[in-house]
Order: sequence, then C-alpha cells, then structure tokens
Amino acid sequence: MRIVKTGTAGTLESSDVMITVRSNGTDGVQIALQSIVEKQFGKQIRATIEDTLKSMSIDHAYIDVKDQGALDCAITARLVSAVYRAAGIEKIDWEAL
Amino acid sequence: MDRTRLRRSMLYVPGNNAGMIRDAAIYHSDSIMFDLEDSVAYRQKDAARMLVFQNLRTLDFEGIETVVRINGLDTPYGREDIRAMVKARPDIIRLPKTDCAQDVQEVEKLIEIEERKNGMPVGTIGMMAAIESPLGVINAYSIATSSDRLIGIAIGAEDYVTAMKTARSASGVEILYARSAIVTAARAAGICAFDTVYSDLNNEEGFEAEVRLIKQLGFDGKSIISPRQIKLVHDVFAPNGKEIAFAERVIEAIEEAKAKGSGVIAVNGKMIDKPIVERAISTLERADAAGLRDYSSPAEGVLHA
Repeated sequence: MRIVKTGTAGTLESSDVMITVRSNGTDGVQIALQSIVEKQFGKQIRATIEDTLKSMSIDHAYIDVKDQGALDCAITARLVSAVYRAAGIEKIDWEAL
Repeated sequence: MDRTRLRRSMLYVPGNNAGMIRDAAIYHSDSIMFDLEDSVAYRQKDAARMLVFQNLRTLDFEGIETVVRINGLDTPYGREDIRAMVKARPDIIRLPKTDCAQDVQEVEKLIEIEERKNGMPVGTIGMMAAIESPLGVINAYSIATSSDRLIGIAIGAEDYVTAMKTARSASGVEILYARSAIVTAARAAGICAFDTVYSDLNNEEGFEAEVRLIKQLGFDGKSIISPRQIKLVHDVFAPNGKEIAFAERVIEAIEEAKAKGSGVIAVNGKMIDKPIVERAISTLERADAAGLRDYSSPAEGVLHA
C-alpha cells in the first residue's frame, strides 16, 4: 500500500486515539507518540503500531499518535483507517485483516 | 444463534465511540447493539466500521449478545458493513428501516455469501429487523416470517411518527397501533419483539410508565440509549414473588403429573394448559435473570429435571 496523502482517524476523546499518517519518503517508519499512559504502555503502543504497519506492508511512513488511553484493538482500528485514508483507498481488504 | 435467550435490554453503543464500546459489557444489559447507522457521521462510516470490527474480534463481551446495526442497502455503506461484520462475527446483524420481506432477504443473501467466503457455517449470524415506516408496520408479519435467521423485529418510532405526520407524546398513543401490530406479528411468527428507545434520560417517571406499557403489550424488551436505563427495565420485567411462586408450583405440578402419567393438571384449583406452562417457564427465566429465586425451596432444579 502506498501513502499518497495525509490521513487521520480517531478522536481525542477518552479511551480513543487520534492517528495521522503521512509520507516521509524512504525514511522508514517514524512514530511520534504522545500518550497519557506512555510510561506504562509506550512500548506496547509502538509495537502494536509497528506490527500493524508490517501486516499492511507499509515500510515508510510518519505516524503521529495522540493517545487518550485506547485499547490495542482501538489503536489498530484507528491506524488501519488512517492508513487506508492516506492511501486514498476506500475498499478495505477485510480478508487480509 | 439463540432464539430463546432473554432480551429485556438492548444497549445502543455508537460505533465510532471507542470509550463506550470498551465499557459496554460492564453494565450487563442483555444485548449490546453497536450502531453503524444513525449515530455515525457520513465521513466517519469507514472508521466506525473498522473500530467495531476490531473490537468485536478482540474483546470478551462476557456472554452478552452482540448486535450490529448496519446501514441500509440503499446507502453506499450497507454492503461494506455486511462484508466487515460477518467476518467480525457478532451474534446478530440488525437491519434498519425494513419495509418488506425482500429487504430482509437481500441482506440475508449477502450475509450467506460472506459466511461461505469466511468458512463459517451458513446461518451462523442471526438477524433482526427494525420496522420504522407505515409500510413496514403493514408488512410486519411477512417481515417477521421472511427468514429463518430472524430472532426478532423491533419498532423504531422516530421515523414512523414523522411518516405518520404526528410526533411522539408521553402517552405513546400515536404508536399504539404500530406497537400492537409488531408484537402481534412477532408472536405469530414465534420471534422476539423489541420496543423503541426512550430518549428523555431525565424523565425517569415517563420512562418507567413506557416500560410498563410495553411489557403489558407483550414485548420481550426495549432498546435503550444509556446504561442508566438498564436497571429500571430489568426491574419492571422481573416477576414478583407471587408470580414466581405460582410459576414454580405450575412446573412442580407438571413434573408430578408426568411422573404419575396423569394428563390433567391443576394448581390452586385452576386447570393448567400449555400457555400457562409456557408463561411459567418465561417467568422463571426472568426471575433467574434477576436473581430472584430461592434455590433452597423444594422447586430447585425442577425446570431442568
């Protein structure tokens, strides 16, 4: 999947996360994380994001994450939505998820 | 798919609200309904669908029935909702704005295609249909009998009263015919009947009056918009001590009659026939759900003997 524009999904409400995905050329995956639970769960949040990107074959992207204590499944959901929006693809490959 | 489970309260949860989805199970409504339709803005339909999908595949809803209200097939979202939700595997897919049997059957065909694609037995996902128009009310019985997957039909009052050129009132007289038609159709078809939401959260008295009314009409339960409404619904649907005692005596008498090979059964001098037995079983189920039965009594275990 190719990132062609900026895509954002999620909200800044409690238990949610707002994720913005944009192209960064060929600089690999860069994650800027702000989280109310960063001390406790920062590593896990980064791992969830990296694993999800890998499963979607995204090797290069800048990911801005503003987390309000979202569960892993909500982080995955918001990231996948943001990536699809950034790729300009409306039809989701549900079989691959 | 369980047709007989208790469905007193169906809690609406907006599909794009991560916090409400996360907490939905802690309130112990009988069913949770994740909404992809009216509570989700058009530009967020994709994000809500993905959020519900990931949550359904990950979270443990502690045995609470999971329902997803999809968008209609007359919108650009309905088909994609079905593709995603069948894979996410809620117990039930709920159709909005059902006008005729064909509306149910079209969705059923798409669900079946997705079940096969995902290697699931055909019929895994149950369905329910919300009737929200005068035409739907007229067609209630043909809708209720349109698919073996249907576990129930529901009335959605807001669109209905608008189409009827009226508005909702405290007494609910404007939807009395629709409620009666829907509960009668559901009973004739042998499926559940669900009432519409009560949106004035601060009017507890009005809410209680409405729950008592719909229970008296014969509904199985009510769609609710806040966890605050669950307890009252469960309290109203809970049988009282006299009803529980009578139901236990009915079941005891049935067991005794079976043991003796006797055909005619009476309790307190009143002949007990099939409808009374069915009512007794339903009473005891509701009493069990409300934790109201005394299992030190001799009737213990009779129901399951």
